[in-house]
Amino acid sequence: MAYDKFNKLTSSAVPLPIENVDTDQIIPARFLKATERKGFGDNLFRDWRYNADDSPKKDFVLNNPIYKGSILVGGKNFGSGSSREHAAWAVYDYGFRCVVSSFFADIFRNNCLNIGVLPVQVSPEFLHKIFTAIEGNPNTELEVDLPEQTITILATGEKESFEINDYKKSNMLNGFDDIDYLLNIKDQISEFAKDTPL
Amino acid sequence: MNSKKTLFDKVWDSHVVQHIENGPDVLFIDRHMVHEVTSPVAFLGLKDRGIKVLHPEKTFATADHNTPTINQHLPVEDPLSANQLKALEENSREYGISYWGLGHEKNGIVHVVGPEYGITQPGATIVCGDSHTSTHGAFGAIAFGIGTSEVEMVLATQCIMQAKPKSMRINVEGSLSLGVTPKDVALYIISQLTTSGATGYFVEYAGQVFRDMTMEGRMTVCNLSIEMGARGGMIAPDEKTFNYVKGREFAPKGAALDKAMAYWETLYTDEGAQFDKEITFDAANIEPMITYGTNPGMGIGISNNIPIASAVEGGVATYQKSLQYMAFNEGDQMMGKDIDFVFLGSCTNGRIEDFRAFTSIVKGRKKADNVTAWLVPGSHQVEKAIKEEGLLDTLHEAGFELREPGCSACLAMNDDKIPAGKYAVSTSNRNFEGRQGPGSRTLLASPLVAAAAAVTGKVTDPRELMEIETV
Ligand code: SF4
Repeated sequence: MAYDKFNKLTSSAVPLPIENVDTDQIIPARFLKATERKGFGDNLFRDWRYNADDSPKKDFVLNNPIYKGSILVGGKNFGSGSSREHAAWAVYDYGFRCVVSSFFADIFRNNCLNIGVLPVQVSPEFLHKIFTAIEGNPNTELEVDLPEQTITILATGEKESFEINDYKKSNMLNGFDDIDYLLNIKDQISEFAKDTPL
Repeated sequence: MNSKKTLFDKVWDSHVVQHIENGPDVLFIDRHMVHEVTSPVAFLGLKDRGIKVLHPEKTFATADHNTPTINQHLPVEDPLSANQLKALEENSREYGISYWGLGHEKNGIVHVVGPEYGITQPGATIVCGDSHTSTHGAFGAIAFGIGTSEVEMVLATQCIMQAKPKSMRINVEGSLSLGVTPKDVALYIISQLTTSGATGYFVEYAGQVFRDMTMEGRMTVCNLSIEMGARGGMIAPDEKTFNYVKGREFAPKGAALDKAMAYWETLYTDEGAQFDKEITFDAANIEPMITYGTNPGMGIGISNNIPIASAVEGGVATYQKSLQYMAFNEGDQMMGKDIDFVFLGSCTNGRIEDFRAFTSIVKGRKKADNVTAWLVPGSHQVEKAIKEEGLLDTLHEAGFELREPGCSACLAMNDDKIPAGKYAVSTSNRNFEGRQGPGSRTLLASPLVAAAAAVTGKVTDPRELMEIETV
């Protein structure tokens, strides 16, 4: 699935200072019944966001108009649980292009990278700084610079670098996905397949 | 450089098609399991690109996630589920993939049927769009869950791009005491490591406890690897493993078996091989476990009290939010808490051994009136064995019914939803908020603990009921 190229993103951010946010919260299983990849943003954090009668829960951050932007900042161990890529689709479809946390679950991180959402892992201290900055001023802007691999709190100039492997980085910069790469080395794969023992 | 290799290294390295500098490895996949929920968009992707499934003979599809567990002979009522099932059936036909739909004798939960039919083999790389694919690691396979884009990749190229994870060995030495099951071993390890304690690692389980374990037990343990954040878990294959696999429908036969055996017998960690992390536990410290919170790491020995917030590591606010959801208090005793539902099933504990364990406790007793029990076999083959071994009669006498196979209340995509505010003792794998239905409250436990709860209507130490038997 091709997606928009990612280079530099400057935006205010939506804070979700909760740990162990699992994919069942990001998108509950009952919304996984689509056969197309559309409309998942409406059900992002469904059960935290809406009451059983579909009225919005006022105290949930996505229902609070003072927080907006295309960066989601979450607590430690973000995206644990199921392998559903729908969780990453929901994040993307809602309008987030970047998720910041001090720790990501593996599969969720992979899924994000495959569909054009940049997971940015920062130190617990820096995460705390971001939360504090947003708490002080909801319009606080963050700058995520993929070529430089840095994230900056613009108001204070505080900056940290983040890790991403060269291959994934170039994919994100160009809007490529892994399938494009694999299709290009198909002959090599077929050669390899001949010798597998199983 | 140390030339000694871990089991994981051996399997991984032999499947690397290409290594990308400062990037992932291109890993060849031997077996791909597909189900209705995470595959439709992947097939759409293939169509958009106008390409075929590269190795349909290495791909197996079953319907399990959203299927009903009663009246499977009738059309599926929920139109959205019916639509996904239809899509899987059509895609399987179009691309020439074996498809075991509702009513098919081989139908069942993807991680239960894989081993049953010999699709799961030692030393294989196995993926599926479901995180509990780690189950297959019980056979010494590298097995892990993938996202839908990756499902598309494997369909198109039989490969996946993955950075090699770090390695961890978890040893459990000694032997398990009465009433302590593989599920308890796994819940104990997760409670010690937390749900992110093994993130970035691939785990090998070693030690006496796992050597003694049946294949079913090993599957339960490997299944839960993902709940400590690990990509997967594996156990070195031994005679037990080989005997389990041999003769099954999709297992190699004749000369192919000889070739496979030659490979399988190399599958162990060399003495002196290095792990990035190694942990050892003593089996004597493990008792029947139960969870009290909203992630699988929030588990305790059943006779213990819920920890107080100040004693837990990490976020107190997150911890309190979790207890609030469960309507439990710090310091509460778990034993004696009233429960409403019991769920026996899932790819964690939906195999024949789990039904034997459950039946051993309820035998000669009666289901508690306040309990609704859902007993869901992991596959038709399990269902058949339950009947053939006479377990069904015993269950009926005790007031229990058997449902038809599927994932059921494990993720509650079908009608098997635990109602809001109700407590369920579940043998499945996740106790996340709303996992078993909006507002549901899940206590994860072994089939023995589930059975004890089912006949007493409250959280009960199964050993109390077992001791009576041995007197
Ligand atoms: S039983 Fe649960 S964990 Fe297992 S495959 Fe089904 S949904 Fe996934």
